[in-house]
Amino acid sequence: MAFNYDKYLRLEKMPTLWCWGCGDGVILKAFVRAIEKIDVNQDDVCIVSGIGCSGRFSSYVDFNTVHTTHGRTIAYATGIKLARPDKLVVCVAGDGDSLAIGGNHTIHGCRRNIDLTFIVINNFIYGLTNSQTSPTTPKGMWTVSQKAGNIDPTFNTCNLAIAAGASFVARETMTEPKKLEKVLIKAMKHKGFSMMEVLSNCHINFGRKNKMVSAMENLEWIDSITVSKKKYDTMTEEEQLNLLPTGILKEDTKADEYCDMYAEIQKVHQGQRAKITQDDFAKKI
Amino acid sequence: MATREVISTGNELAATAAVDAGCKFFGGYPLTPSSEIMHVISDLLPKIGGTSIQMEDEIAGICCVIGAAMAGDRALSATSGPGVSLKAENLGLAQMTEVPLVLINVMRGGPSTGLPTRVSQGDVLQAKNPSHGDYKSITLCAGSLAECYTETVRAFNLADRFMQPVIVLLDETIGHMHGKAIIPTSEEVKAGIVPRKSFDGPADEYFPYECEADEPAVLNPMFKGYRYHFTGLHHDKHGFPTEEIETCRKLIQRLEDKVAMHEDELESYEEFMMDDADIMIVAYGSVSLAAKETIRNLRAEGIKAGLFRPITLWPSPATKMKEYADKIKDVLVVELNIGQYHSEVQRATARLDIDGLFKVNGRAISPNEIAAKVKELY
Repeated sequence: MAFNYDKYLRLEKMPTLWCWGCGDGVILKAFVRAIEKIDVNQDDVCIVSGIGCSGRFSSYVDFNTVHTTHGRTIAYATGIKLARPDKLVVCVAGDGDSLAIGGNHTIHGCRRNIDLTFIVINNFIYGLTNSQTSPTTPKGMWTVSQKAGNIDPTFNTCNLAIAAGASFVARETMTEPKKLEKVLIKAMKHKGFSMMEVLSNCHINFGRKNKMVSAMENLEWIDSITVSKKKYDTMTEEEQLNLLPTGILKEDTKADEYCDMYAEIQKVHQGQRAKITQDDFAKKI
Repeated sequence: MATREVISTGNELAATAAVDAGCKFFGGYPLTPSSEIMHVISDLLPKIGGTSIQMEDEIAGICCVIGAAMAGDRALSATSGPGVSLKAENLGLAQMTEVPLVLINVMRGGPSTGLPTRVSQGDVLQAKNPSHGDYKSITLCAGSLAECYTETVRAFNLADRFMQPVIVLLDETIGHMHGKAIIPTSEEVKAGIVPRKSFDGPADEYFPYECEADEPAVLNPMFKGYRYHFTGLHHDKHGFPTEEIETCRKLIQRLEDKVAMHEDELESYEEFMMDDADIMIVAYGSVSLAAKETIRNLRAEGIKAGLFRPITLWPSPATKMKEYADKIKDVLVVELNIGQYHSEVQRATARLDIDGLFKVNGRAISPNEIAAKVKELY
């Protein structure tokens, strides 16, 4: 039987405002297919998005949806999740939103390991606002705010998330939507902070000025800079230099989740357990 | 009204009031001189199954509060002026999406880092317009220890009535003052809780932002089967972004009118020895305590002064102030800033000869200073 997308989409909001050939639609599709597979009631799901092209993600899907201010998805979602820990809360933001203006919240969401899934759609540029430099724009690329060529070093989203303490970290590309769907299911099922970076295209505002005029050329470039983690791990450091590994890069099912830990705080105050001490944790500093 | 006597501080009373008023969520960031609110509420909330979280910054502090309020909880944040500056953009989102919350600002000297541990009333105009754009703020100001409690309770009920942030201004003096206060019992407060309106009809007939021109949105809690959309963009009756001219105009006009047309529900002030007053002193917050002392002293000397103390600062009790200013020639505004409310008194009374006594060195105004000013002027 054909997949029923209509159930999860706000059809009256179509067509989307995304450009022809934009990866955001592919990611939306993979997300909807993934949600269907994790068997959750639509009423029990909240999608929180930021500002930018990806910010509109939340308005196209039929869940409880929040379109927040620029960079603050994780902060809003933290309040929603702590208030209703039994609900599925998924955040969607772009590279500028999650790593520049909202970088602090991303780091601390990872650190708390709160049970949120964070889909970071990385198209290497501020697409909506005419192609300004983002923290993932490769050095030497043309941007409207650095026409002489970008000199700013880039963030590696997944390495940042791993270092900050996220317990599930994965990277996929929109060129392989089936794989993306599978990993998204795992990310949403994972208890703890799930960083799901998805590399995507912006041939209109990134590609066009960087010798990738068509969507296909932009996608081919994404394929050329990515390699599966399995293969990546067999490479020398020199070979790894300009490549980003895809797949699940970290999956720690034992890390303490923040809402669970807060429930322990509640128990302390309700006289149901002794105060939390360093001895309660395996890792001490 | 059933009352109880407590010995406490202003900040502690505000935190206690929030919990008694049904607050289930606190999010914030430590900021002198407001931090005790977090210290107290972080013990109180988990006890009743609520949540208190210290976020990574002031911005996250208000964002998580808005998130919890969207989910349906009564929620609080507390900070001081620098924190309000940082929270401003997201206060705007709460105004635009009509999400109720309470924000307590324990005022300290500013601008910038200013005088962190010293008193000021420099955030009165900030409270009126913390964020860009048009909306109508509601700001309450506690003038005693007991009011740190009662005004926080009132703020929660007003937030749910008007569906928007309500700011409670304390100042460092009131927040850190320690003493006896007579406050309502928690049972009394619980009995007076008026929760926000909700829609219980069929989901396909629910339009959260479809309301009368002077009424707030009806926002059902999340996860209850009414799936809708929050956005800081101009939005239609369903909450979805739109640029349709008339919808945009109506939305912003409604944000103004839902408060402006119901100022009678918000108005609150105290008149102290005003019956036969020849001189009207206008003061609020901790300064009003010094003003009352001044008035007692002046009256002992035969000078008939009285105090008009706005409790709801925004919208201001303009009608009442004008009524007094029309019959009393000498009006003196005393405040710990350079005339932030003075300009509002001028506007409300349509008089440009309103006098002012202003102080911005982080120190309280003493009754003697006020008395000297009164004698100098009149």
